[in-house]
Amino acid sequence: MSALSEELREKIKAEFPKYPNKRAVTLPALHLVHDSLRAVSREAIVEIAQLLELHPSEVHDTMTFYNFFKEEENPLGRHRVWFCRSISCALRGGEELLESVCHRYGVHPGHTTQDGKFTVEFAECLGACEGAPCILVNDVCHMDMTPESTSALIDKL
Amino acid sequence: MPAFEPVLFARINKPDSTSLKSWQADGGYSRLKEFLSMAPADVTNIVKDSGLRGRGGAGFPTGLKWTFLPKDHPGPIYLAINADESEPGTFNNRYLMEKDPHQLIEGIILACHAIRSNRAYLYLRYEYGTSYRVLDAAIRECHAAGILGKNIQGTGFDLDIILHRGAGAYICGEETGLIESLEGKRAWPRIKPPFPAIEGLFRKPTIVNNVETLCCVTHILYRGIEWFKSIGVQPDPSNPRDPGSFGPKLYCVSGHVNRPCCVELPLGVTARELIEEHAGGVWKGRKAKAVVPGGISMGFLSDKELDTKLDFAGPGKVGCLGLGTAAVVVVDDQTSMVDVLHNCCRFMSHESCGQCTPCREGTHWMTKILERIRSGNGRSEDLDLLLEVAGSMGIIPGTTICGLSDGAAWPVKNAINKFRPEFEEYIRSRKSSVTSAQKMMAAH
Repeated sequence: MSALSEELREKIKAEFPKYPNKRAVTLPALHLVHDSLRAVSREAIVEIAQLLELHPSEVHDTMTFYNFFKEEENPLGRHRVWFCRSISCALRGGEELLESVCHRYGVHPGHTTQDGKFTVEFAECLGACEGAPCILVNDVCHMDMTPESTSALIDKL
Repeated sequence: MPAFEPVLFARINKPDSTSLKSWQADGGYSRLKEFLSMAPADVTNIVKDSGLRGRGGAGFPTGLKWTFLPKDHPGPIYLAINADESEPGTFNNRYLMEKDPHQLIEGIILACHAIRSNRAYLYLRYEYGTSYRVLDAAIRECHAAGILGKNIQGTGFDLDIILHRGAGAYICGEETGLIESLEGKRAWPRIKPPFPAIEGLFRKPTIVNNVETLCCVTHILYRGIEWFKSIGVQPDPSNPRDPGSFGPKLYCVSGHVNRPCCVELPLGVTARELIEEHAGGVWKGRKAKAVVPGGISMGFLSDKELDTKLDFAGPGKVGCLGLGTAAVVVVDDQTSMVDVLHNCCRFMSHESCGQCTPCREGTHWMTKILERIRSGNGRSEDLDLLLEVAGSMGIIPGTTICGLSDGAAWPVKNAINKFRPEFEEYIRSRKSSVTSAQKMMAAH
């Protein structure tokens, strides 16, 4: 039983023509696998490496550099919610917003709620400083957040 | 002087501003065929003669950068678009991509023609999901309309734009870090030379340009050199090495202001004008204590320096690193500079790529020293220790490969040199301001 479905393999291969070599498909492949499987397991790393004609350690090296991809011991929940803690947001309560959400849902940064619904993360500048404090739900930004509006958003996920 | 008319932001509030139809209705792509029929060197010369300087942070003359490509290279030559906008306080490129993608795409096509590139890679930070979807749709529209792909508008010029999403690393905004990341590796900046124009992406000649820079290229071609040079700040006649600060610029204003915003103005506006006239003043009726002039890596202006012109030369005249991304962050007079500096150092420590020891260790230890101070255990010698560490890291002292390290050192230098009494009083009074939220983040 392979870690990557045939569909995932085809999606990864579809990236090949965009680049002059297969190694450049490392990040696109990691994103595809991570989005689909909510983590990149050791088996998945080996299989990505086979597809890209790399050593698994090369894929693992790139993957761990970015601090973005979860390993199988700590997979993502169904959603991922990022809280900006950089200067513009911190000046307007971004860190306290993160804290309030962690308390309310009983979760720590980098971890997932017990029901597997969402993973909470702190982020460095999300590039939405005009709407500080801002959060990112998966890859969609929400601005001018309060503990109340954030909870309302999360509860609707 | 005639009133300034926004150009880069002229269309962002229009309904349907992202569509090809809307861009064409405003004259977009109307002269593309004409420009693609020009000799590439002539396009380069127009950009060079306009005085356009890169908007990503370093301010290097764009046209001059293009001329560094080897002549008569058989190709491929690549354009890499730096859309990894990650400097704290900066969000101008996000507006450009989300609201007016064809303005950027036209600039990319023109730049690729000038540098004889048939493939552009747009490196987009992962967090900009909306930008990704808007750009992806716009590129598809262009392919369907014969504006991208093979034989664009019958000119014989081919171009594909590939969107490549990052994975949350500030260092990918450094041009050679970006290249390494695009190649599928950890984003460790390369030792230069060779510069990317000689040996860049996939070991081929490569030009890396910022999103706003390429949007300016579009307007320079349509409106001309004289138009561009009529905006901004002329070269300083007493400094033969000053190329001036021409053109419009998108300024971001955030932090403790009433109306955080991104506004297009001629280069050379002052921090005070931005705060008072465009951002609704400092919030809660307070005064500004410190202002970041162009992203945190540029350091701080004190309240005495708010009339500094934010052109390429201005911030350097008051000890800042430069104009950077022109992202202004306002800190009010009720906020501790110790806390602000800790936030900056924690960011840099988190984002240092770890390749060069002075940066990896320096950013870590500066953050640790500030944590000690903020827990009430600071020592009087800590401030000089911070300055010593900051002075030892970066391209300027010659100890690191890339400028992230100079940008990590600069807020420390500026904060302590310009606000030293506040730091001394904080240490002397054994104040402590670590919050429970910060403790929680540090523990996980």
